[in-house]
Amino acid sequence: MSRLIGALGEWVIRQVKELGGVILLFADALRWAILPPFRLDLLIQQMEVIGVRSTLVILLTGAFTGMVFALQTFYALRKFGAETMVGVTVALGMTRELGPVFTSIMVTARAGSAMAAELGTMRITEQIDALEAMAINPVKYLIVPRVLASSIVVPILTVISDFVGIAGGYFVGVILLRINAGPFVANIQKYVELSDIYNGLIKAVVFGLLLSLICCYKGYTVKGGAQGVGRATTQSVVFSSVAILMMDYILTALLF
Amino acid sequence: MIEIRELYKSFGEQEVLKGVNLRVPEGGITVILGKSGAGKSVLLKHIIGLLKPDRGEIVVMGKEITRMRGGELNEFRKRFGMLFQEGALFDSMTVFDNVAFPLREHTDLPEREIRERALKKLAQVGLEEAREKMPSELSGGMKRRVALARALALDPQIVLFDEPTTGLDPLVAAAIEDLILETQQRLGKTFVVITHDIRTARRVASKVALLEEGRIVLEGSPEEFFRSSHPMVRAFLSREEAPLH
Repeated sequence: MSRLIGALGEWVIRQVKELGGVILLFADALRWAILPPFRLDLLIQQMEVIGVRSTLVILLTGAFTGMVFALQTFYALRKFGAETMVGVTVALGMTRELGPVFTSIMVTARAGSAMAAELGTMRITEQIDALEAMAINPVKYLIVPRVLASSIVVPILTVISDFVGIAGGYFVGVILLRINAGPFVANIQKYVELSDIYNGLIKAVVFGLLLSLICCYKGYTVKGGAQGVGRATTQSVVFSSVAILMMDYILTALLF
Repeated sequence: MIEIRELYKSFGEQEVLKGVNLRVPEGGITVILGKSGAGKSVLLKHIIGLLKPDRGEIVVMGKEITRMRGGELNEFRKRFGMLFQEGALFDSMTVFDNVAFPLREHTDLPEREIRERALKKLAQVGLEEAREKMPSELSGGMKRRVALARALALDPQIVLFDEPTTGLDPLVAAAIEDLILETQQRLGKTFVVITHDIRTARRVASKVALLEEGRIVLEGSPEEFFRSSHPMVRAFLSREEAPLH
């Protein structure tokens, strides 16, 4: 019994240590981000890798999320004769929750895992040591561009996701389920406020920051060869996803 | 040139360096021998400040470096070149971009001149035709040659080699040894090589030291070293030269 408690305690201590590590990395990255010279070239490169290459995935996930949400809410709302509210439900669902959360999780799976794997491999092949030996600060060169790019790109992808999600909802609702187009659209305009959209985007920025910090941290601190890299990659996706969902609750409570 | 005084380093419970004292003279090739796991890489990383000791001092070119931090340490590192085991080339860049990297990051030279210098360094290691290849397409020996070209890109005053011939077949190893000798003679700078390969030491060293049990047990000229009757030196030489015993 005491062994069980000991093991649990050890796990908790490990997690707190990791959390501490991530926060310290954040502080370090912040410091290096505001110190010149500003490496715009590296930032743009990462925005292309993390953002542009995720666009197709986001288009697909956003569209289908909106479509399925429209389908599900239709059957519920029809019981109350409120089908014309399907559009609002989808729009609010996308902008406030599904857009930012699904986008971040997709980006985590795609780009976050790649960050962890790439940095982890660089760590075990001494490429990060080589950077330091060549008088380049690895946090400034490797981590700042990824974290900054992620914080910029995830909100942009969220906007795209929101849009195709609502469009998908319109397609399902108006075209397939033959809800009256006029009231469908009018209700969206009436009930969806600017704050729904930009609070969703605030969430997206935070999620982007979180996922990149966690994934970079995991890769940067890899120990133990190829197995370590594999472990770090899986853990980074899992931890980032859980962190996003937990932060989602906190932010929703604070913002809405 | 480099003076290491009473250096101690532990990783958790494991004591790796237990009072290392070593003098690396200016110019020439100093070889630090030691068996695998003896702490040679750890020692080398201290010289360039990648690791900080628990106790002790390292004086390089008149400056004590263990208490240097950030910007000062970085400036200082520009006078070093380091060749890591297996090269540590950046695998997302071509051979050419790897060699040009220090020039692009640390100088304001125009791209044309960077190109000229990088190609010259590559030619000196005999790999100019490989310039558009990716590191994953290179053999072990080629990777290390590119890494040497990169380490020399900024014309450093001290070059550190971490096991330059380990893992290479005898012919390729000999070619790397030749390259190290030839480069040092041409540039006249200070080279520090760590290895467990006695043959490499015999071929390139102008000074030899043995790292055993966390300390330098003997340092001296090659003649002094290889003829020494110090028991640890004799044990090391006989074990390494006849591994089937």
